[in-house]
Amino acid sequence: MFETLSDRLGGVLKNLRNRGRLTQQDVTEVLAEVRTALLEADVNVTVVRDVVERIRSQAVGATSSTALNPGQQIIKIVNDELVSMLGGETLKIMYASQPPTVVLMAGLQGSGKTTSAAKLASWFKSQGRQPMLVGADLQRPAAVEQLRVLGAQLNIPVFSAPGDPVSTARLGLAEAKSLGRDVLIVDTAGRLAIDEEMMQQVKDISKAVKPNYTFLVVDAMTGQDAVTVAQAFDSTLSIDGVVLTKLDGDARGGAALSVKHVLGKPIAFAATGEKLDAFEQFHPDRMASRILGMGDMLTLIEQAEKVFEKDKAEEAAAKMLEGEFTLADFLDQLQQLKKMGSLQGIIGMMPGVPKEMKNAQIPDDQVRRTEAIIFSMTAQERANPELINGSRRTRISKGSGTTVADVNRLVKQFTEMKKMMKQMGGKSARGGKSGKSAKGPKGSAIPDELAAALSSRLGPR
Amino acid sequence: MLALDIFAQLVAVDTAPKIMLVLALLVSIFGIGVVVSSRRDRAATSQVTSHETSQQDLSVRDRISKTRSSFAGAISVALTRSSITQQTWDELEEALLRADVGVATTARVLAPLHELVKSKKITQPKDLAIALQNEMTAQLSQNSRELNFDASLGAPNIWLVVGVNGAGKTTTIGKLSAQQRALGRSVLLAAGDTFRAAAGEQLETWALRSGAEIVRGAEGGDPSSVIFDGVARATAQKIDLVLADTAGRLQNNTNLMEELAKVRRVADKGSGKVTEVLLVIDATTGQNGLTQAKQFSQSTQVTGVVLTKLDGSAKGGIVFAIETELAIPVKLVGLGETINDLVAFNAAEFVSELFN
Repeated sequence: MFETLSDRLGGVLKNLRNRGRLTQQDVTEVLAEVRTALLEADVNVTVVRDVVERIRSQAVGATSSTALNPGQQIIKIVNDELVSMLGGETLKIMYASQPPTVVLMAGLQGSGKTTSAAKLASWFKSQGRQPMLVGADLQRPAAVEQLRVLGAQLNIPVFSAPGDPVSTARLGLAEAKSLGRDVLIVDTAGRLAIDEEMMQQVKDISKAVKPNYTFLVVDAMTGQDAVTVAQAFDSTLSIDGVVLTKLDGDARGGAALSVKHVLGKPIAFAATGEKLDAFEQFHPDRMASRILGMGDMLTLIEQAEKVFEKDKAEEAAAKMLEGEFTLADFLDQLQQLKKMGSLQGIIGMMPGVPKEMKNAQIPDDQVRRTEAIIFSMTAQERANPELINGSRRTRISKGSGTTVADVNRLVKQFTEMKKMMKQMGGKSARGGKSGKSAKGPKGSAIPDELAAALSSRLGPR
Repeated sequence: MLALDIFAQLVAVDTAPKIMLVLALLVSIFGIGVVVSSRRDRAATSQVTSHETSQQDLSVRDRISKTRSSFAGAISVALTRSSITQQTWDELEEALLRADVGVATTARVLAPLHELVKSKKITQPKDLAIALQNEMTAQLSQNSRELNFDASLGAPNIWLVVGVNGAGKTTTIGKLSAQQRALGRSVLLAAGDTFRAAAGEQLETWALRSGAEIVRGAEGGDPSSVIFDGVARATAQKIDLVLADTAGRLQNNTNLMEELAKVRRVADKGSGKVTEVLLVIDATTGQNGLTQAKQFSQSTQVTGVVLTKLDGSAKGGIVFAIETELAIPVKLVGLGETINDLVAFNAAEFVSELFN
């Protein structure tokens, strides 16, 4: 879809690879690309201007150090800058000395307030608290019902009363006190930031329950308008933090940067899926690389950790690099990989994967066919494909409902792959940390990106 | 990380079906990834036709532009100057970017104007703005913006409503239902959102309000079968139109998109016919809206867009990219929470609002 920052920078930097030092002119060209990348990620125009200026001052005179070439350095500067802009103070919940601690949820229609309210309640529960939910969205049909269903799933009480939202919230607070609940989360109706009447209403709710925390719920797909919305809600309610929702989508999520920059308040939580436990504290480093289109390797790795058996995966990786990888190992890993979702989706999340590869269709039936072929082999054949002669080939193709040519192709590709893996294994032994940059134009985009991404994430902590 | 190097090599190697290699790489990356991450110190784990609608609404523009003063000033200043300078261009660009039109699309619409200015065919900033708006309006989809209703079908028309979570699908169906009822058509709502808690209840409220029938399934049930049942009942009761709700889904969720493709296929299998697939897009959506349109079209052959929440401060500029790149027409615009707040899309008005 959109180019990654390093794809963009690739063109500009190609000409100056050997010069080592970035001139004023180079920096201007580079920054134009940075600007485009940020705009494509939906970062607000005004915020982009600020970011670019911050980066300019650091980029001029960036020299080629031993480890990083200018391109890598620029990406690292941009990445680090975004991380620092997105991060800063993390929100630490201070519980009220007089319980309950009251949390008010506010935001536009459809941003995900009700679901987030339930997820947040579940999070508090996991922290050993006894939360209660109040449904003060009396506007949208069945919003309270939705909250009740979610509350029942989580075994968390939900209070609501018909009438007006302000008194509902007030009654909810009294209820929480009498039940001895120590956290109260108030869900409110979605409203447009420019709807004065509705903004007054939420202000009244806020006055009635005097929240300890007011969270603005922001959809990660939001475009330029995020700034206007954040400012309006902040001036009405004084926001303490942001809940960023729908991060399981493929939006770059530049709104996060816009909102953080404008409000100066932390992004406290991120909602990352439809399930009620898909809710976590916000990671600024992941968001930065996501905005820059560098994939979301850490999320991928975490997902992988859930489905892969670690020991097996390590063993397989080691075998692969030593060239001892067998078809049985391959099949095993492939099946684990499939648990993570579509292969296309996984490739999409990976940083630095060339566009040709991203656009290449990997039809699921081809994967199934590959599996079927391996399933039709004996254990010996899987361990040692050289065994496969004419008659074995015919048997395998019949067993898997494929052709002899298919079987041949698979064996041939597997052998090629093994060879390539072994080469890579050899390289890594002598290569070291990031001394793998200069390798001709085709390979160049990848190391840039990864070097920057990895050095900022995995580097000294 | 070295596994990624192999990707680069792969592109160079020209073996026809590279699938094995791709798979192997994925596998190896995860192996390596797991190793890397285990070493890492883990800090935090933690329808209504256009005529019919425009009559009932005096001025869409009045309602849209309630509070759009913040940036309106800047551009009008630039346009009152006596000559076209770099600043004029910058401000036009910025107005479009702020409206979520997107970088590439903005560059594309501005390019031909540079020529006109260079050849001195346009010399005044004001004329430039007018030319730009005309150009943009002309580029919008030429496809019909009428909702497709085939009265000669002899079976229910089915309108399928799709979109990401929170776009406003259910509310749109409620409003559509009321408007179609007002046109004298009988309507049945099929509650195909079996996932979100209380989505069925929400639709039921709209059925009551608009005087439509409703078919619901079990929560967590198969949405295809709910819609199939809805069509069957509509056929039996000779109901004209089935409005099929679906659960919100993010377009990169392959399984849910396949489920939706199935909903589309199954809906067509009964006696009815799908005559309209409406993609609901929230006006606050940024560049991801284009991806949404592409993916939803791929799985359900979208025939029209409903742009919701345009009464807010967002301008919905991404639909300009959707119209010009994918030729999917915006058919309806949502301007509020009451039943009459769903109106026909007006191209010229929409374009001019992008600059205000």
